[in-house]
Amino acid sequence: MEEFCAKFVSQKISKTRWRPVPPGSLQTADIFATGSWDNEENYVSLWSIGDFGNLDSDGGFEGDHQLLCGTRHHGDVMDLQFFDQERIVAASSTGCVTVFLLRPNNQTLSVSQQWTTAHYHTGPGSPYCSSAPCTGVVCSNPDIVTVGEDGRINLFRVDHKEAVRTIATGGQDGMLSIWDVRQGTMPVSLLKAHEAEMWEVHFHPSNPDHLFTCSEDGSLWHWDVSTDVPEKSSLFYQGGRNSTFLSHSISNQAIVHQSLKSSWLSTDPAKDRIEITSLLPHRTLSVNSLDVLGPCLVCGTDAEAIYVTRQLFS
Amino acid sequence: MEELDGEPTVTFIPGVNSKKRQMCFDWGPGEMLVCETSFNQKGKSETVPGCPFIHIVRKDLDVYSQILRKLFNESHGIFVGLQRIEEELTGKSRKAQLVRVSKNYRSVIRACMEEMHEAAVAIKDPTSGYQFCSQISILSAMELIWNLCEILFIEVAPAGPLLLHLLDWVRLHVCEVDSLSADVLGSENPSKHESFWKLVTILVLQGRLDEARQMLSKEADANPTSVGMCRILGDLMRTMPILSPGNTQTLTELELKWQHWHEECERHLQDGTFASSPHLESLCKIMLGDEAALLEQKEHLSNWYHFLVTRLLYSHPTVKPIDLHFYAQSSLDLFLGGESNPESLDNILMAAFEFDIHQVIKECSIALSNWWFVAHLTDLLDHCNLLQSHNLYFGSNMREFILLEYASGLFAHHSLWQLGVDYFDYCPELGRVSLELHIERIPLSTEQKALKVLRICEQRQMTEQVRSICKILAMKAVRNNRLGSALSWSIRAKDAAFATLVSDRFLRDYCERGCFSDLDLIDNLGPAMMLSDRLTFLGKYREFHRLYGEKRFVDAASLLLSLMTSQIAPRSFWMTLLTDALPLLEQKQVIFSAEKTYELMRCLEDLTSGSGRPVHGEPDALQLQVILAFWVGPTVELRKCALHLRLPTTSPCKRWPLTNSYAS
Repeated sequence: MEEFCAKFVSQKISKTRWRPVPPGSLQTADIFATGSWDNEENYVSLWSIGDFGNLDSDGGFEGDHQLLCGTRHHGDVMDLQFFDQERIVAASSTGCVTVFLLRPNNQTLSVSQQWTTAHYHTGPGSPYCSSAPCTGVVCSNPDIVTVGEDGRINLFRVDHKEAVRTIATGGQDGMLSIWDVRQGTMPVSLLKAHEAEMWEVHFHPSNPDHLFTCSEDGSLWHWDVSTDVPEKSSLFYQGGRNSTFLSHSISNQAIVHQSLKSSWLSTDPAKDRIEITSLLPHRTLSVNSLDVLGPCLVCGTDAEAIYVTRQLFS
Repeated sequence: MEELDGEPTVTFIPGVNSKKRQMCFDWGPGEMLVCETSFNQKGKSETVPGCPFIHIVRKDLDVYSQILRKLFNESHGIFVGLQRIEEELTGKSRKAQLVRVSKNYRSVIRACMEEMHEAAVAIKDPTSGYQFCSQISILSAMELIWNLCEILFIEVAPAGPLLLHLLDWVRLHVCEVDSLSADVLGSENPSKHESFWKLVTILVLQGRLDEARQMLSKEADANPTSVGMCRILGDLMRTMPILSPGNTQTLTELELKWQHWHEECERHLQDGTFASSPHLESLCKIMLGDEAALLEQKEHLSNWYHFLVTRLLYSHPTVKPIDLHFYAQSSLDLFLGGESNPESLDNILMAAFEFDIHQVIKECSIALSNWWFVAHLTDLLDHCNLLQSHNLYFGSNMREFILLEYASGLFAHHSLWQLGVDYFDYCPELGRVSLELHIERIPLSTEQKALKVLRICEQRQMTEQVRSICKILAMKAVRNNRLGSALSWSIRAKDAAFATLVSDRFLRDYCERGCFSDLDLIDNLGPAMMLSDRLTFLGKYREFHRLYGEKRFVDAASLLLSLMTSQIAPRSFWMTLLTDALPLLEQKQVIFSAEKTYELMRCLEDLTSGSGRPVHGEPDALQLQVILAFWVGPTVELRKCALHLRLPTTSPCKRWPLTNSYAS
C-alpha cells in the first residue's frame, strides 16, 4: 500500500502541480506548487518534499513536505501550470492570468507577467466589462492558452503584454469518458466511477496503463489496466483493499485497428478488466486536484490537507 | 427564563462612544453589526455628524486562527468517522473504539499545541507571542479536561486501574520533570546538582519510583555515609505493591500487601531510620501519604489535582470511582487552603470528579472561547450513551444544540463552511433546516464553487435550494449574455418559466443574427426539451434547420408544418416559419403536397385574421398569401412562373438564408 504523508495547511487546496524535472535528468520530483481557493487571502505556494538525504529504518524518507515560499494571489486559484522550471502560470477567479517567477537562489515567488482582464463578460445587464473566472490554463513554451467562464479561449505569449489571439469538457455526472479522437464523436467506453464531480484525471506520464482520478466525493482512485498480465497483477494487487473490478463497454461496434489498440479502448469485455484502488486511507472532503510524476503523487483537498506519496508503485 | 450562570462580559468596541450616542445592532450567525444612530426621541433633527462606520463584531475569533484551522479540519475527519461507528458494536470492542477516537481527538489538540509552541518561539512580536501563549494554555487545559473525561466517562476505569490512569494523566500534564531530569543527569556530578533533591522529590510525587531509585543509587555512590539509608528507602520503593496490567491478583490481595508495605514504611519512620537525612525522611513521609509532608511540596506539586493523585497513590491506591469526588474536594480545599478561590478549570475538573457530565459541559461552554471543545466532547460522550436523559426545552437535545452552535460558527467563516455541512448532517432534529438556511447564503463566486454547493444540496434532496442556486446561476448567465450556460442551469433547476425566457432569447437572437449559438447544447437536449413548450419549440425548430441542412426536405417540411398546426410555435414566430417554408416551396420537386399547402395557407389565414395586421418586421402577409396561392397551382410550370414573377416582391422580407445557419 502506498504510504501517504498528510499535512494540514490551513487553506483549501484547489490545485497541486509537480515542478517538471529537467529532461534527461535522473532526478525525481521534489518540488510541487499548490494554489488555494475560497480563502479571504489565497496563496500560490511552493513545497519541497524534503529529500534531506535522511533515510529512515524502512528505507523511506523522513518528514513531511515543507513550505519553501508562497505569495498572495488575488482571487481563487482556478488552475495552475508550470510553464517551465522557473515559471508558474496561475488562473484566477478574477479573470486574471499571472506568471510567477521562482528565483532559484532566494526561493521567492514574484510576479513576472500579468494579464489582468484576460476573461470578462459583456452582457446586456453589465454595460461595463465585468470579470469572468479563468478556469483553465495550458502551457506549451512560448504559448499560454487560457479558457474562462466567459467562453473565451485566449492565446498569450509569455513575453507579450497583450493577448495574441482570442478564439471564440469532463462531465458533471461522475462518469469517466475515454475518447478516441480517431473514432468519431462518441466516447468508446464509459466507466461508472465516482459518486460526484470528477475534478481531475491524469494518465501516468510514462506509464499510460495507469490512470488517476479525484473527485468531489473525497476519493482518489488509481485505475490500472495492466493487470491482465498475471505477474503484474501480483505486483499491484497487494494494495487492493478497496478494489473493484469493472467491465463494461457500450461501443461494441467500434472498430479499433490492431495497431492502435490500447487497453483503455479494449472492446472485449473479458479483457476489459480494470483494477481500481482507492488511494486515500479514509474519505475526506473533496479532492480537488492531483498530479503524478514518476513514483510521486500529490493531491490537495477541501479539508485543507495535502497528501503526498513517493512510492506509487511499490 | 433560566437564571444566568455568570455576568456577561462587556466588550468595548474601539471608536464607538456608547455614552454619547445610541447604538443599533443586528445579529448574524457568527458576528454582529453595530453602528451609531442619531435617532432622537425628542424629534430634534440635530445635524451633528455621526460616526460614519458600521462595526463588525465577531464573537468567535478562534475560527480565524491559522493554526486552530488545522484543529477544525483534522477533527472533522475524526468526527465523521465516529458517526459511522457501527451501532451493532457493543461491549468491549465498542468501548475500545470510542477510547481510540477520544485519543485521536487529543492527539490533534497536542499537535496544535506543538505547532503553537513553534510559532510562539519563532515570532518576534511580543503581542502575538502573548496571544500564542494564551492559546497554548487554553489548548493545554482542553487536553487536560478531555483526558480526565476519557478516563472517567469513556474508559470507565474501575478501582485499581483508575489510579494508574490518573497517574498517567498527571505525568502527561506535569512534564517539566523530563527536562529537569535531563539537566541533572547531564551534569558532571548529578547528586551535587542543585536540583537533585527537587528532581527526586518530583519523581516520587509522580510515582516514578524506578527512576527515583536510580537517582538514590547515584546519591549512595557519591555519599558513603548515606549508603545504608538509600538502600532501605530504595528497597521500600522497589517493594511497593502496584497493580500491573498483566497481573491476575485481586484487589483484596493487593490491599493486604499494600497494608503490609505501608506498615513497614511507618516502622522505619518511627525507628528514625532516616533521621540523619531530612531529604530521605521527607521522601519516606511522602510515601506514607502524610498530608502535611505532601503540602510542604506544594511548589513541586504545582496544582491540587497532582496533590490529589499523589495523595491517593500513597494512601488510597484502590480508590473507587464513586469516592473520587470526596478526595478531590478535600484535596482542593487543602491545597488552596482558603488563600485563593477555585478558577473555572478547577470547577470543571471538580465537576468531572463528581461525575456530573452536564456540569462539565456547562462550565466548559462558559469558560472556553469557542464551541469546538464542547461540541466534540459532548458528541463523543453522547456516543457513549451518557447524555440520553437530558432534553432541552427548545426542541433538540444538548448534543444537537451544541453541534448546531459549532456548525453555525463554521458557516460564518469565509472558508470553513464546508466542514459545517457534515455537522449539520448529524443533527437529526434541526440540522437539515439549519443547513437549508445557511447554504443559501454562501456566495457563489465561480461555477466551480456553485457546483460544490449544488452537489451538497442535491445529495440531500434539497430541491428548493437546488432550484434557487440554479436560478441564481441562470440569471447571472443571462445577464452576461451566456445563453447556453443559462439554458443548462435552468434545465438543471427544472425551471420551466426560466427555460421559456431563455428559449425566447435564443429565438430573438436567431431573428436578429440568423444563426443559433450553443448548437451542441440545443442539439443534445434530449428529454430535457420537454421542460417547457418554448424549449420544445426551440429544439424542434433547430431540428428543422438540421433536416434542411441535410437536404431532407420532406421531413423538414412536415416538421415545420406540425410546429404550427400543433400550436407549439408561438404566434409571433409563425411568420418566420412561413417564410422558412418558401425555399422549400421553391424546390424543383414537390415537397408540400396540395393538402399540406392548404394547411400552410390556413395557418397564414389564422395568423392574419387573428391579428388583422401584419406582424411587425415580417413580410407583408398579403404578399405571402398570394405566393402561397400560386404554389397551390396545378403545374410546376406555373410555380416556376410564380417564382419569376413574385419572388422579387418578397425581397424586403427579412429572411435569413437557411443554409447560413450551418456555417458553424
